Amino acid sequence: MSILIDRNTRLIVQGITGRDGNFHAQRMKEFGTKVVGGVSPGKKGQAVGDIPVFNTVKEAIAKTDANASIIFVPASGAVDAIYEAAEAGIKLIITITEGIPTLDMIKVKPFLEKKGAHLIGPNCPGLISPEEILIGIMPAKIFLKGNVGLISRSGTLTYEVVNQLTLHGIGQSTCIGIGGDPVAGLYYCDLLEMFENDPETEAIVMIGEIGGEREEKAAEYIPGHITKPIVAFIAGQSAPPDKRMGHAGAIISSGSGTAKEKINALKKAGVKVAGKPSDIPIMIENCLKKG
Amino acid sequence: MKIHEYQAKELMAREGIPIPAERLCFTPDEVRKAAFELGFPIVVKAQVHAGGRGKAGGVKLARNGKEAKSAGGQILGMTIKDLIVKKVLVTKAMNIIKEFYVGLTIDRNKQQVVLMVSPEGGVEIEEAAKIHPDLIHKFYIDPDIGLREFQAREAAFKLFEDIDLVRKTTRILVNLYHCFINRDASLAEINPLVLTKENDLVVLDGKMNFDDNALFRQKEIEDLREASKDEIKEIEAKNRGLTYIRLNGNIGCMVNGAGLAMATMDLIKLYGGEPANFLDIGGSSNPQKVVDAMQLLIEDKNVKVVMINIFGGITRCDDVALGLIEALEQIEVKLPVIVRLSGTNSHEGLEILKHANIVTVETMAEAAQKAISLI
Repeated sequence: MSILIDRNTRLIVQGITGRDGNFHAQRMKEFGTKVVGGVSPGKKGQAVGDIPVFNTVKEAIAKTDANASIIFVPASGAVDAIYEAAEAGIKLIITITEGIPTLDMIKVKPFLEKKGAHLIGPNCPGLISPEEILIGIMPAKIFLKGNVGLISRSGTLTYEVVNQLTLHGIGQSTCIGIGGDPVAGLYYCDLLEMFENDPETEAIVMIGEIGGEREEKAAEYIPGHITKPIVAFIAGQSAPPDKRMGHAGAIISSGSGTAKEKINALKKAGVKVAGKPSDIPIMIENCLKKG
Repeated sequence: MKIHEYQAKELMAREGIPIPAERLCFTPDEVRKAAFELGFPIVVKAQVHAGGRGKAGGVKLARNGKEAKSAGGQILGMTIKDLIVKKVLVTKAMNIIKEFYVGLTIDRNKQQVVLMVSPEGGVEIEEAAKIHPDLIHKFYIDPDIGLREFQAREAAFKLFEDIDLVRKTTRILVNLYHCFINRDASLAEINPLVLTKENDLVVLDGKMNFDDNALFRQKEIEDLREASKDEIKEIEAKNRGLTYIRLNGNIGCMVNGAGLAMATMDLIKLYGGEPANFLDIGGSSNPQKVVDAMQLLIEDKNVKVVMINIFGGITRCDDVALGLIEALEQIEVKLPVIVRLSGTNSHEGLEILKHANIVTVETMAEAAQKAISLI
């Protein structure tokens, strides 16, 4: 078991003939993901490796029975790609693309809701259930199959934490990068609920950062909803105000969205907050022992 | 991206929002001349990308030519929050009866655009929210229909009972929404919106910020960009695929990934050091990026030691190592360099560095501690 995806998920890659789409489509396939097709308008009939390319998502679904899509389309066309996937009936859309205008994301969200589609990202590394399926750009070999679920706003910081978990012999059920943008798809509360209901997951790691109040919202949600132990880490304690720290959403504006507020809120909700990334494995170990 | 008050008001005026008669001036003599054209009394306001201009002495009233010139002289050239004032806005003073707040921004929790109005204008909305949260009225806007008149009117009724003023406010709010949406703004704020003795509603101060992600389709807005010295460096870095933000410490950091870069700064601080910068070299393995990044770091004279923290996912550690060797050949680096490489191809990377006598450590905690010990 895992959340959102499993080895039966049938994936198409939108933007498969671009540099990143091409590279990662083949990497995912090598990992064992069922990459059943790609979409690139005007490139129908071509193939990337042995993955067939189609002109439209509708066509790709008709020929391959795909039920998930990953988007590598550049920012100016990425929102259209999200609409296309949802309109065609895809229920899980993962958007890797960075740099999508915020107002476009605000418009697309109600449409996804209407279509009953889940979005992960944008500006995210995707998700992985070790030994089962990889949908994204994560370096698969640092992951280990196990029972810790992970939700993160960051890419490499996730790899850092996962690597340390793995070195400690602590495996993962599903790891999800939710992305660094201010307006995004699935977020902490949605995913915490899924992990709570996933019998394979026994503990959860939450990696947050400065900007917005989603960690605080999660802290409000956790008591009464989540019984599994959670260990969190918040990046950006030393970040100056009003500066975008790489991610579009990582900004302390008008004094709100600070690491301190998030850490306090999470602690109040009974979440164990790690002082540094390397503390996470031991804290998880202790949680699992107690459980 | 930020713009000046005069630019924000000009964008608002183009959508039909009433702004006062005003002139942009660069010298005290221009201020004096503008004052006579507009008619006294006038207000002289510093145009810098910083809040709290009034408190800093960047806003002055003048009743005659002498006062106008002297106000211009005092404000032009002054420093507000590290920014030098190079231009001022001269506005005809108005007979103000009451000040209001109206603004549009993005609510990240609701993932919607929110309209906020308050009868308590003139103070920063964050301050007002602390003192009188009940006096700030919020209206969430359905992205499918935008801000319709009925909703704008509902908001206007929170400020006025008089139907004539409600109608005027409704127009202003709908037009402000167009200004916000059409320009990909992240903030459009009129604070204060003033009611004058003549029963007019006028923008006394306007502010707009924009979504950096949308600048590719907002050429006119991007052309308004006026970068400070630090920002110029940030933009130059961006053009080379690097995200750089200068801080005040002395440990230069080079990291791949924004989250890891923040965590690295935090760790340095946790062990008692001070990071000199945030620097994310991004996800690719281009050795040239490492060369450019090293150049950026050593240009900052505060930097006493360089700490490189790479977790190789898609980025290959051997490529970073090669880039580093190239950097050290191309530029003279007299500072100690501490390197931590982990993840994809780290063994190959570490071998390359060993042959070049570069100090490497196992973990980011060790790297931070070692860097601090060398200060």
